[in-house]
Amino acid sequence: MQENTHTMNITVNGVNYEKEVPVRKLLSDFLREDLGLTGTHVGCEHGVCGACTLFVNGEAIRSCLMFAIQADGADVTTIEGLERNGELHPMQESFSECHGLQCGFCTPGMMMAAIDFLKHNPNPTEQEVKEGMSGNICRCTGYKGIVDSVLKAAPLISKLETKSKVF
Amino acid sequence: MSIDIQSKPTETPSKDKKWVGSKLNRLEDKRLIRGKGNYMEDLKPLPNIHHAAILRSPHGHARIKKIDYTKAIDIPGVRSVLVGDDIRDWVKPFPVVADNPGKYFPMAIDKVRYVGEPVAVVIAENQYVAEDALDLINVEYEALSATVNIEEAISEEAPLLHEEEGTNVAIQRNTKFGNVDEAFEEADTVVKERVVFNRFTCMPLETYGVIGHWDSSNHAANIWCNFQGPFSMHAVMAKALGVVPNKLRIMVPSDVGGGFGIKITIYPYSCLITLASRKAGVPVKWIEDRRENLIGSSSGTDRVTYMEMAAKKDGTITGVRYKIMDSVGAYIRPPEPGTIFRPYGNYSGPYKFRNVELDLTAVMTNKVPTGPNRGYSCGQLYHALERTVDKLAHTLNIDPVDLRRKNILEPSQFPYTTPTGGYYDVGDYPAVLNKLLKSADYKQLLKKQEEMRKQGRHVGIGISLAVDPAASNMGYMDVGTPKDHSNKERPKSGSSEAATITIDYGGGITVTLNTAPQGQGHETVAAQIVADQFGCSPYDILVTTGSDTGTRAWTIASGAYSSRFSGTAANAILMACEGLIVKMKKVASHLMECSTENLDVIDGKVVHKEDAQLSMSLKKLAGIIHWNPTILPDEISNGLTHTSYFSLDSVKPVDENGRVNSSGLYSFAVDLALVEIDKKTFELNILKYYMAHDIGKSLNPQIVEGQLYGGMLHGLANTLYEEMVYDKNGQILTGTLMDYTCPTSAESIDLEIDHLETPSTLTPLGARGTGEVATMTVPAALTNAVNDALKPYNVVINDLPITPSKLFSILKEAEK
Repeated sequence: MQENTHTMNITVNGVNYEKEVPVRKLLSDFLREDLGLTGTHVGCEHGVCGACTLFVNGEAIRSCLMFAIQADGADVTTIEGLERNGELHPMQESFSECHGLQCGFCTPGMMMAAIDFLKHNPNPTEQEVKEGMSGNICRCTGYKGIVDSVLKAAPLISKLETKSKVF
Repeated sequence: MSIDIQSKPTETPSKDKKWVGSKLNRLEDKRLIRGKGNYMEDLKPLPNIHHAAILRSPHGHARIKKIDYTKAIDIPGVRSVLVGDDIRDWVKPFPVVADNPGKYFPMAIDKVRYVGEPVAVVIAENQYVAEDALDLINVEYEALSATVNIEEAISEEAPLLHEEEGTNVAIQRNTKFGNVDEAFEEADTVVKERVVFNRFTCMPLETYGVIGHWDSSNHAANIWCNFQGPFSMHAVMAKALGVVPNKLRIMVPSDVGGGFGIKITIYPYSCLITLASRKAGVPVKWIEDRRENLIGSSSGTDRVTYMEMAAKKDGTITGVRYKIMDSVGAYIRPPEPGTIFRPYGNYSGPYKFRNVELDLTAVMTNKVPTGPNRGYSCGQLYHALERTVDKLAHTLNIDPVDLRRKNILEPSQFPYTTPTGGYYDVGDYPAVLNKLLKSADYKQLLKKQEEMRKQGRHVGIGISLAVDPAASNMGYMDVGTPKDHSNKERPKSGSSEAATITIDYGGGITVTLNTAPQGQGHETVAAQIVADQFGCSPYDILVTTGSDTGTRAWTIASGAYSSRFSGTAANAILMACEGLIVKMKKVASHLMECSTENLDVIDGKVVHKEDAQLSMSLKKLAGIIHWNPTILPDEISNGLTHTSYFSLDSVKPVDENGRVNSSGLYSFAVDLALVEIDKKTFELNILKYYMAHDIGKSLNPQIVEGQLYGGMLHGLANTLYEEMVYDKNGQILTGTLMDYTCPTSAESIDLEIDHLETPSTLTPLGARGTGEVATMTVPAALTNAVNDALKPYNVVINDLPITPSKLFSILKEAEK
């Protein structure tokens, strides 16, 4: 059986790639295996846990539910792309300061989902964070540290200059 | 904005303040928040790694008539297929402590006994091709009747999982401590209760992952996996694979995406993938998918407990009978049947009663084999015990708090040896209870509840107490050793851990551990301990975790399970520091021409006690030891590496009376919950949740709080949301995260946490366990609270999980 492939062009964290990819390869697998970006974690492969969340053209998506070739021509940002010019994104800093992670496996997807949530609700209440972040599963923290992290990051992100924002 | 988390500890120690005990931000975070972790799936340790996919049984119970994989092997890219017949000569059954365990191999041979049991393994050039090939394997089954219910599986009519054993009861032990029968005969009151604990799974976000490499030239196995051991499972694996211990090398990466117990039982898959490598002749990688994880990896046991409690009319508990039946699934898989023995020393919990009967049974059913799940069997234990204490309070019309106060151990009773052999070193349980009651303003809470009830609201208050065992005794399983192989031959004991510290030629300190953490912050705490000893910054210390049995110092107990790091490895780290300091003082005393007794280590320097001007930096001393050793006297050895082993001496072998101190350290916890059953949706709302603990010395309060919150969520999942549901044929109905519903941030709750720090007298650092305690108290506290809310309706709910549909049914029935 000959594997069908497609040559695609994709920009990931500001770097442009041209790659021949099996048409059935998941975006998450492509990023991890073909580009070596192992920061995107796969937790369930059926779109429930949110660990593989990343940005495609500014929209948060679950990369286990997308084929790589669906991102042909797209601009993708993964966890590895949050740090800009040696400076951490405020969400990264807040997660560390508020003990928003333990094992760290859900963390990349959790931070991406949190950035997306704050994009839509820049000044949320605690209850809104709890509701807004309920699409991602964490098994370590009891969510306390995560909710605190998002609340701490919100004003810091609002203060960022537009050019420093991820989106 | 310039952000450097390295230079921003939440708290900075001053001269009289230490790093240990401070809320230092974690060192691990630096890589994890950047997506630079080093997890199992990220590893590429060898060239030509092939990928495995596992064909699993669709039947709960069936005979395998025929397996035909000829079409599968023809797919380009498929290298090999492994089936049960291949492994007959390559493996022995996993060794088990049980009377009638059946034979457990890494994959099915002749028969399948649970949905999800491995039947064939395809080895191919990539995962996609391997999964394609699974569809082309044809397995002919003869379906058999299944048994999934614990009490039915015991009956004589039940289908037998392992015909050769003639029973589904793998092990049963009945032991009496004290004068149980007398206590019950003389009791003013005896209360009885049946409680049911649900089967639920750890569900770490990262699934199992293995790279197995069979080295045929050395008859050796090299295995990378996200294991919580090596632990004594190393011995279990070596025996099954037929290799001598030093030819089984197990390596665990520095980052493991959660465990909670389930990654102790990865080892049958570690063996399976190594056998696949043996067949295919290439290294083989397997990353479990979530469906495999939910149906085929492991879960905690479901349990039925019949409790009997004898008491005087003033509420003094005089004796307890436990009749415990655990469904351990289709096979007894070590460390099972630890589920019935792990809390041996703390079966009497925090209470004074001395008469205890333990009737403990592990039953095999057509479900996935069980294993530890955060709190390993203690959620089950305290759910049963604390429900029965509440029933006694209700029967005698005594306030549940007052009844507990009457029965808990007094500070003067410590050190206390429990009737079953547990050794509680020190504690003030009434003070912890009082602290919680003060925070909760218990009397006011009762008034508030009364007012809310008058408004027609279903409001309840529930309390639970637990003694949390940590650092398991390697010898506790000997209480289950079959009588015909006497455990006197080779008694086991101890709970030990190793640590190695090296100081390099530039004064850089590296700590090497074999503790295989899954997010507990071992790197951070290790750095805190070392920084205090050498007077340096924790950020300058490199800590290597994970595990490598081939190159590192480890013990048969090594690993991250039973909340053991703070009570074992932490002390080994401290001792290794002390070993190095002794050596550096010797070198300094030679160079400074003074006695070692006159030297101290302060702020990264060896300093003369009487003349602070007379000092040498550790960096300089390290430089001399490495670069210029010939100037040192012969009795000072080269190098600056020290390995220490710490063992808890209180964990002895089982004694002649069948008692055992099953764990090294015991924390104490009290929880109190105020809950309301929503009258429209029948959901349970947790209005307030209080916790008070004595976990001994807190090494890093931020990490401790994180562990308590995590444990609480695990308990919440257990009590309200999660259950692995099987139909009567053993078909699992909760095989995806759409059916197996985990709590999210929307279901999370806030805690009011109090601590009392009574340092353990058994360890130099004084810490006990923390990570599992909330899983032991939450199910009991919430169940007691729900039943308090249901009290006006005279109905009781004792089976978990407590779902809205169960509450709806029970309240509708009561209203009739």
